[in-house]
Amino acid sequence: MGKKGSKGSEGAVGGKAVNNVINVLLAIGCLTILFPIYMTVIIAFKKPSEMTNDVAGALGFPASWSFSNFAEAMRVTDFWRSLGNSLLLTGATVIICILLHSLAGYVIGRKMAKLKLFKVSYFYIVSGMFVPFAVLMMPLVKQTSQMGIANRFGVIVLYVVFFMPMNIMLYSGYLKNIPLALEEAACVDGASIWQTYWKIIFPNMKPMHATVAVLTAMSTWNDVMTPLVIMSGSDVNTLPLAQLNFQSQFGTNYNLAFASYLLALLPILIFYIVCQKQIINGVVNGAVK
Amino acid sequence: MGNEGKRDKLWTKNDKIFLGMLIPVLILFFLFNTLPLLKGFYYGLTNYKGYGDFDIVGLRNFKDLFTDLRVGKSYLFTFKYAVVMTIAVNIISLILALGLNREIRGKSALRGIYFVPNILGGLVVGYIFSFVFTYILPAVGEATGIGFLQNSMLASTKTAWIAIVIVGAWQGIAMNTIIYISGLQTVPAEVYEAGMIDGVSGWKKFWSLTFPLILPFFSINLVLCMKNALMVFDQIMSLTKGGPSQSTESISYLIYNNGMSGGQFGFQSANAFVFFIVIVVISFLQMKFLGGKEEQL
Repeated sequence: MGKKGSKGSEGAVGGKAVNNVINVLLAIGCLTILFPIYMTVIIAFKKPSEMTNDVAGALGFPASWSFSNFAEAMRVTDFWRSLGNSLLLTGATVIICILLHSLAGYVIGRKMAKLKLFKVSYFYIVSGMFVPFAVLMMPLVKQTSQMGIANRFGVIVLYVVFFMPMNIMLYSGYLKNIPLALEEAACVDGASIWQTYWKIIFPNMKPMHATVAVLTAMSTWNDVMTPLVIMSGSDVNTLPLAQLNFQSQFGTNYNLAFASYLLALLPILIFYIVCQKQIINGVVNGAVK
Repeated sequence: MGNEGKRDKLWTKNDKIFLGMLIPVLILFFLFNTLPLLKGFYYGLTNYKGYGDFDIVGLRNFKDLFTDLRVGKSYLFTFKYAVVMTIAVNIISLILALGLNREIRGKSALRGIYFVPNILGGLVVGYIFSFVFTYILPAVGEATGIGFLQNSMLASTKTAWIAIVIVGAWQGIAMNTIIYISGLQTVPAEVYEAGMIDGVSGWKKFWSLTFPLILPFFSINLVLCMKNALMVFDQIMSLTKGGPSQSTESISYLIYNNGMSGGQFGFQSANAFVFFIVIVVISFLQMKFLGGKEEQL
């Protein structure tokens, strides 16, 4: 957008001045976002002895920037294993969701108009969006332990089912952008439905894969409730769950705790810095569609 | 078309293959969504503690829900939280979006920063803010002599819920702002130009031109924000654990706390089922109320 374009939306004289005021206000507003992050970094680097009871004690720069709190936090919370579990759960869930939900979205979306069974199936699955996890939590805890899947595998299965309504709605909605003629041409050439799907439909749904991947990954990565109740009792932690389970060991050592919090936030912050555009697009697409 | 008949036959075989792919998906969904929901209703009819034997007690749990003080309190808290959150988050994020949609310096950096809270996990954010409420704000109060800051917000039944709203809003605003921005970008510049000719500006410009055009985004945000707020759990877990004196127990937290470890498996199952009905009713009301307008998208 050029500066000429802005003239129209700014009103008459003084538009520039108004924008400067807004600029300053927005920059000040940013501090409310940056302050907790700044505080986390500062406290994570300090020694407990530097934490005096006034504002400067918590927020002033540390005497030296030592990484010893991080090393200790990694040891106490078994950081690498928690990180590995989080990566495994998120990675597996995202991959299965993309493969399975896109196929299911295609199967349902293509036949909805023609066959009633598929239309009913669509509404049946999509209505699952109204069921909060808290409602299913207790029966699922019993069910997964009876089935012997009160573990990481079970959590992945639950995620795949839990995100199904949203993802199937997104995929079958996106299908309208892919012309039927494309498949029919392949069909005439003798390709099976299976081949047609993977060679033509799946690659064509790429923009939706990105949206689904972002939404699924963020919800899975930050989720606490599912692993908390399903894998309780085992010593398998995800990154956020470790923060909950090690609260008692942090005790009043806030420096250790904050080093651990920062370590828990770091992977997704890095991911955000690298793929900011895709993440924002994904979130907006998911919400608006 | 000449080969209509052949084509029909082809599609019939095709239909069957599609059905073959649909059935496993339906089974999976039934097994881990519908079945637990039905089981939850069944558990709600029992006096199950979560372990040992149990008997069916009929609808007693469901009746008791309406007279249980703690359940009533959790519903009150959850709805108070959800309504205040929805209003506060939507007002603030709409103002932010209007600002971020202007021609300003560092626009993309500012937008990037304002979105950060949305990507962070609620639990860890809660722990970080818990320190702010317990140590930083009282220290600020001490230093400046502002009385009401000197005690931790989380320690009082009067203010603890406000602290949770602040943390929830800090995260929720990010999401709603970005949706409002994408809404504002759909408003064509000609609309404003036409408005300018008519001499519309300021408030009036916003209410009569901008707002009606971003109404679909307003309803999306309303629904999203309300839904997330009604299910609040992570922030409760890390900020208050339902306290002080159960004043911040959300429905999700109560189900988790008393159902999983409090020996109320049956009773909280009934609670969860009623919560499900409440969510469905609210969602339908919202869709009915806002649905017609969303069609324009």
